[in-house]
Amino acid sequence: MLKTDVNYSPVLEPPQIESLDSFLDRIRRLVIQGFQPLAFFGTNEKLIYALLGKPHELELFCTPFPESLHYPSLTPEFPAFQIFERELYEEYGIVPSNHPWLKSVRHPLGGSIKIEDYSFLSSDSKLIHEVGVGPVHAGVIEPGHFRFLMQGEIVEHLEIQLGYQHRDLINMLISGSLAQKMPLVETIAGDTVIGHGTAYCRLVESLAESSPQANDIRSLLLEMERVAMHLSTLSALAGDVAYIMGQNLFAALRTTVINSTLSICGSRFGKRALCVGGVNYPLNKTLIDTLKAKMHKCAVQIRSTTEAMFACTSLLSRFDDTGKISNADALRFGFSGISAKASGVAVDARADFPIWGYPGFEVQTESTGDVYARANLRYMEIMQSLQMIQELLDQIDPSAPIQAPVNELIPDRIAISIVEGARGRIVHIAKSKDAHSALWYKVIDPSLMNWQALSMAVANEQISDFPLCNKSFDLSYCGSDL
Amino acid sequence: MLHLLQARFRHGYQAIPDPLTVGIDPAFPGLPELAIDADLELLNKLCPTKAFTSQGLDLGRCIFCGLCSRKYPEMIVFRPNYKMAADSREKLIMAPGQTVLPKMDFMLPRKFRYSFALRSVSAAGCNACEMELGASNNVNFDISRYGVETVASPRHADALILTGPISRNMADALNETWRAIPEPKYLILCGACAISGGLFADSAAIDRSFLKHWQACLYIPGCPAHPLSIVSAMYSIMRGS
Repeated sequence: MLKTDVNYSPVLEPPQIESLDSFLDRIRRLVIQGFQPLAFFGTNEKLIYALLGKPHELELFCTPFPESLHYPSLTPEFPAFQIFERELYEEYGIVPSNHPWLKSVRHPLGGSIKIEDYSFLSSDSKLIHEVGVGPVHAGVIEPGHFRFLMQGEIVEHLEIQLGYQHRDLINMLISGSLAQKMPLVETIAGDTVIGHGTAYCRLVESLAESSPQANDIRSLLLEMERVAMHLSTLSALAGDVAYIMGQNLFAALRTTVINSTLSICGSRFGKRALCVGGVNYPLNKTLIDTLKAKMHKCAVQIRSTTEAMFACTSLLSRFDDTGKISNADALRFGFSGISAKASGVAVDARADFPIWGYPGFEVQTESTGDVYARANLRYMEIMQSLQMIQELLDQIDPSAPIQAPVNELIPDRIAISIVEGARGRIVHIAKSKDAHSALWYKVIDPSLMNWQALSMAVANEQISDFPLCNKSFDLSYCGSDL
Repeated sequence: MLHLLQARFRHGYQAIPDPLTVGIDPAFPGLPELAIDADLELLNKLCPTKAFTSQGLDLGRCIFCGLCSRKYPEMIVFRPNYKMAADSREKLIMAPGQTVLPKMDFMLPRKFRYSFALRSVSAAGCNACEMELGASNNVNFDISRYGVETVASPRHADALILTGPISRNMADALNETWRAIPEPKYLILCGACAISGGLFADSAAIDRSFLKHWQACLYIPGCPAHPLSIVSAMYSIMRGS
């Protein structure tokens, strides 16, 4: 049973402003104690905020922009800060001295370097050749550029350049009424509508000190989204190694799941489903029974399809030992979601910062950190989510109210909202300006940090394994580029 | 091998026998119908993309969010009709009282009747249209049964199908890809973002100048466009509706 009395979407008074030295000291102390950086960013108040967390504990603190616009970089000591410091540099020109890779992240409007002029790492060695892939890829996927430094067929180095998807979404979020931004939030990553949507709704509800209805329907949709995304990845992984049957069966199973989402809200991606205060569409008894039967049948089919797939030795020879991420690296770089859990790091917001309470929930992990581990872990998570879906469907009361009234925002408060999406930890954090709008709003899609994992996984692999490795992480371009 | 046969057997036949006539879940919000006396100004106040004009609802801007139809069901309903496509921007406007979109005049030359190759470009699409475009070719919708394929190289393509509002950062890459497609070539816009910029029409990071130079032959609305909408739209420009 889901409990609704737990709440890790806290709303806080703005923290005390502290000096740069004590700010950096505090970060070092907390990271050594096992805290992970969940967010680290500059704001239009000329403050740098850090949000660090470990299970059931969150710490938020801030410091003014350094006068010299320089400060000693945290990245050499704690690599998990690398992308945050690059973002801070790009957005506010604050230089983390000694950052090993201080390059642009998104090439926003008014940035100093145009995306076409980005300079990639290159080599003068006659043994090294370069391969550039993207931004337009062979398949039907989002744009990004991958630059490989190759020694023969072996990848020496992969540099991932993103920013092609940048839509200036954050500035659009903070202009106008915050509570009316649901359609925009649904496009942060169109395949993680419920993940980002739930994070946003929880955040606005916290800022307005309102409690939402229909948490169980939201939770149901969130797990359905996870199942659908994992099935999509399994299908593509099978396709990448020419295991066509797996590709087709998993794709058809995904169709069943997302068509079920459509039968709830009208959209295969869960668009239209959520609103601040609850959900837009109730579930009636007939629909609940249909969903139960469909999801049960799916579980049986997914099990037999996965068993058949993992009995195929030619497939396993491609999956096993390919694209490894060590446990230590996953921890040091602060990865989350499948990218971390497949390397034995048990981070999952459903356990660490539960928004509804999942009694008996155990974080699923794999140990080997290779493509196989990420594929099998997706299967394990699918089965776990399908189990949760059955429990939720048993629990949902068709006559319960689905929307609660939402108050105006309380000015000058900061709210934090953390949700485990299919790709990992989604963090939304915002400060209210007045009764309607936000002063700043920060979205951290798990992909922002996890792209580094792909780069590390393909080092010393054959370039022919790149598509397989890439798909095994299945990261979001627009979620990172915003 | 036994595992494989068992999985295949359990699965049964998954392809939709006829994706041009198949029914869809009544929950699907497709082609809208506006009441004759619908207050378009009032509806436009609710609309996140300001899709209502004095003539009616512009499907090129509509993101089918349902804000209008949930609040004023007597003024507007979205029917579970996935056949939504047009060959011009003007034909996408649903006037009050209108129940179907105007017939398309555009047809591809006969040589494309059984074979039409698409090069997809995502220019800041949120991955929903992209995934639906991918799904159009999966085992259920199977658009390749009509001879439509998605190709890796623009050199092999007959048309470019665009998703997303076109970010400034993708503008050059889109141009390059378009230039690399040999003549005769066609442009298809898929989804509200591609057709009108959608929610991002006013974003500073968007550059839609590409569309000032090139005219699309097919517009497929939706947020995202449903695979059945994509399949039926493609079929109608290849073989007639």
